[in-house]
Amino acid sequence: MSTETLTTTKGKPPSPRAGQAKNRRSETRWAIYLIAPSIVLLGIIIGYPIISAIVMSFQKDSGLDASTGMFVQGGFAGFSNYAHWLLQQCTAPTGAVTCPPGNLGSQFWNATFITFFFAFVTVILETVFGLWMAIIMNRTFKGRGLVRAAILVPWAIPTAVTAKLWYFIFSVDGIANSLFNTNILWTSGEWSSRWAIIIADTWKTTPFMALLILAGLQLIPEDVYEAAKMDGTTTMQRFWRITMPLVKPALMVAVLFRILDALRIYDLPAILTGGGGGTGNATTTLSILVVDQIRQGPNSASALSTITFLIIFIVAFIFVRFLGANVVRTQESQQKGKI
Amino acid sequence: MKAARIAAVAGIAVAGLVLAGCSGNSGGGGGGGNGGSGPASQNLTGVGPITYVQGKDNSNVVRPLLDKWNAAHPNEKVTFKEQSDQADQQHDDLVQNFQAKNANYDVVDVDVVWTAEFAAKGWLQPLTGKMAIDTSKLLKPTVATATYNKTLYAAPQTSDGGLLYYRSDLVKTPPTSWDEMMADCSIAKKAGIGCYAGQFAKYEGLTVNTAEAVNTAGGTVVGADGKTPTVNSPEAKKGLQRLVTAFKDGNIPAEAITYQEEQGRTAFEAGKLLFLRNWPYVYNLAKTDGSSKVKNTFKIAPLPGDGNGKPGASSLGGHNAAISVYSKHKKTAHDFLEFLQTEETQKFFVTQGSLSPVLASLYDDAALNAKFGYLSTLKTSIENAVPRPVSPFYPAVTSAIQDNAYAALKGSKSVDQALKDMNDAIAAAGSGS
Amino acid sequence: MSAIAGPATANAEKRAVTTRAASRSGARRRRGWQTTRTGISALVIVVWCLAPFYWMLVTSLRDVGYTFDTTPWPTHVTLDNYITALSTNLGNHLGQALLNSLFIGACTTLIALLVGTFAAYALARLDFKLKGIILGVILGASMFPGVALLTPLFQLFTNWGWIGTYQALILPDISFVLPLTVYTLTSFFREMPWDLEEAARIDGCTQAQAFRRIILPLAAPAVFTTAILAFISSWNEYLIASQLTTTATQTVTVAIAGFTGSQPHQEPYTAIMAAGTVVTVPLVILVLIFQRRIVAGLTAGGVKG
Repeated sequence: MSTETLTTTKGKPPSPRAGQAKNRRSETRWAIYLIAPSIVLLGIIIGYPIISAIVMSFQKDSGLDASTGMFVQGGFAGFSNYAHWLLQQCTAPTGAVTCPPGNLGSQFWNATFITFFFAFVTVILETVFGLWMAIIMNRTFKGRGLVRAAILVPWAIPTAVTAKLWYFIFSVDGIANSLFNTNILWTSGEWSSRWAIIIADTWKTTPFMALLILAGLQLIPEDVYEAAKMDGTTTMQRFWRITMPLVKPALMVAVLFRILDALRIYDLPAILTGGGGGTGNATTTLSILVVDQIRQGPNSASALSTITFLIIFIVAFIFVRFLGANVVRTQESQQKGKI
Repeated sequence: MKAARIAAVAGIAVAGLVLAGCSGNSGGGGGGGNGGSGPASQNLTGVGPITYVQGKDNSNVVRPLLDKWNAAHPNEKVTFKEQSDQADQQHDDLVQNFQAKNANYDVVDVDVVWTAEFAAKGWLQPLTGKMAIDTSKLLKPTVATATYNKTLYAAPQTSDGGLLYYRSDLVKTPPTSWDEMMADCSIAKKAGIGCYAGQFAKYEGLTVNTAEAVNTAGGTVVGADGKTPTVNSPEAKKGLQRLVTAFKDGNIPAEAITYQEEQGRTAFEAGKLLFLRNWPYVYNLAKTDGSSKVKNTFKIAPLPGDGNGKPGASSLGGHNAAISVYSKHKKTAHDFLEFLQTEETQKFFVTQGSLSPVLASLYDDAALNAKFGYLSTLKTSIENAVPRPVSPFYPAVTSAIQDNAYAALKGSKSVDQALKDMNDAIAAAGSGS
Repeated sequence: MSAIAGPATANAEKRAVTTRAASRSGARRRRGWQTTRTGISALVIVVWCLAPFYWMLVTSLRDVGYTFDTTPWPTHVTLDNYITALSTNLGNHLGQALLNSLFIGACTTLIALLVGTFAAYALARLDFKLKGIILGVILGASMFPGVALLTPLFQLFTNWGWIGTYQALILPDISFVLPLTVYTLTSFFREMPWDLEEAARIDGCTQAQAFRRIILPLAAPAVFTTAILAFISSWNEYLIASQLTTTATQTVTVAIAGFTGSQPHQEPYTAIMAAGTVVTVPLVILVLIFQRRIVAGLTAGGVKG
């Protein structure tokens, strides 16, 4: 993002005004005042835990003192906590071994795959449905109020209740099986449990997408459409040539934040399938692994949190850099006329 | 660009660094609380108001008890801090508060399987010397769950044991061994219903059921030290193989792989099961639930055994009450523990909460037996029970059991491989990571 | 027409009036077909969104002894579950929790919007270096697994004596929604026609006045959407609330999670569903009311200004 800032600054036509430097200095001062509250808040609530996780991740978890049977501090760990996850290295009485199944370390790559799978599928489904819902809601028709109220419902139900609700719906003797006359083990089949989570998540979070996209749609002046209609364009043409480009900034913000959230998914799989699902680990995501590990050893869990953070960071970077979810670029081009 | 990214993270770092200095890392071990110094030796004679911490009070048992205590001890009032009803969250809440050395968590209600972990972290006051309590009248296995490293760390408060629910209209005499029960499955087949179910979803209940199968067959999961795995044995194999075989030939219906306590109860009440392993709470519900089709056609028996005349080895549920080493008023806390174990209190647990007492004599109480028909069977169950592995690494041990037993039940892993992996995973847990 | 579409319409009005009249007759036939299609789509959306909620409602009205009945319409109807959910006899405090959640949600929304608007204005409008880095830092706050924040925050707030206070929930809640708030508002502020602001400043408004009177009303749909997102995010927060609250500051999510059956192991689905209904319906109504009032108010101000 910052490159854009730099290039545009450089590429800006020399201002005819003499007070530009002074102007900029004053704007910088204002910017500091305006942004400081956000940064301080995030620094305390999010920054501090991240730092403390990084510090902890280089400490060994406490082990038992054989003579007293009590836990003692583990000492400096180097990168062993990271190796535990990334390379599946465990310590056994005989020395370093590959983590056996049943040890959380052995589940890392599986959990990474599951997390990405969920994120990929749910974000695509939610984007498509969300866009569709937003477009419908943006039209004028009788009963639009009902649709808007209905769309809020899945999202207004607290996630903890949502998970219970779907758990109830998807139980063996539940309404889902009864309605479709099936006998699917929704919470324990390998793929059925994954789909159960995807369905529940899509139901729950599509409104988030829809509302953000709707806000973007509402900023498109109607006359743009009217003019295009006069020119004899088809609905599809108008969608691709007018709606999409104009709604893109809002859409990209929505998708970006959905990806970040989806990669940290915890509640739904934890409650719906107990984090297990088919084969025992079919729905174990990285966040679930973190929670399980916190109970077994918080320092090793900190390493896993840090790894997860880095993974999400890389994904976000790629998304912003290559898929054009760049909030700054459009802004700079818009501002060229300013000053 | 890349540099800017790194700087971005550094930005968060700078903001957080200021705080990182404030409170040190307290994620690690608590340091031995066993010795002569440290918090375990302080405030032993402290008297004053205390807090009692427990998970959700299901049937309003705690409040009336506290009212009674508070009326008798106006200067040593006990306040109730109620946690959520989720065991995992209760565990995490306790850990958070112990790590923060919270002096306001005086007496805590600890699930039997957490006792060793908390004791080894140095968070629980050893009940020795001035703090000692009388355990002679309690059921022996319940005392074992509160003991770590030969020291008693908590007062057994309530217990729970597995029972075999069976359809008395279809089976005249309940099976006393696993093989007999499997032989009775032909009856279920004829009636067109499932034969047996327990708790086989991948959660704590699976550990309970797996441990029962292993222990009943004469095996063990973890050695006496709480960290050496002993589960890769012919006996353990015999036990786990029973469950796997039953799944394979349909004696345990396929959907039982999703069952926790409630799903099993629902299926049994709907008349879809011949045998069900479950806790005592099912007894009264199955007799009274509107949708129950088996109100008058079920009975209970001890869990089926190995065929040597002894009943099966149930895993133990229940809770222990422990004193935090950080409590300021340990004398009051100690007296409160004794209050929890009086006959009157224990009786109230049964009558008000349908909880299973730890006091042996109550199981033979005629009046109680008349109202709670399961008590005498439950006594047999608890007397023959084996605590789940008493290990300070219990979270890792239980996940090792669940993962591998689940894979074996689903048929994606052989029993031999599952037990070997289970053994290795427990070994890894005991040696650091 | 709902108020939420107001600003866009107002903005378009000036130029659109003439073109619209011309195009109207020509497109009428196509519009008839489109209305049908819209109707079908709307119906599908409503069914998809409400079906699980309907099941929640049906279950919540069912006698607890028939919890797993799968008749698709209400049977064994009773209001007992609502009484269970709302009574305080068993230590459930759903009523108090509702007030807590409303209060925490309102504070979170207001502060997050205020702080977020400051930052977004600066990012969208002011010229300064390191903009990319600041956006990166703000986004970075949404990348750490939320579950791992709990332990450090618990220790921090214990040191500060904040356990069981409202700010112990409000501050984290703000932090969780702030990145989204800043990003959304930044991206929307940038779409605004800034020449209007310039014009206002020439008319003698200060920069702040111009922003408040011109830009903010124009961005009303975005601001309102962001407010809903922030409010519901705080409303839904469970993890932090479950460990940093006492009975007095308990939120609805924590209160509902605390629901239990009369027996251990027994999951009181019917009561949970009743409680779920109790907390969902007022929220939806509230949002709809606010949508009309607030956005209508802002829009009106915008047109006048």
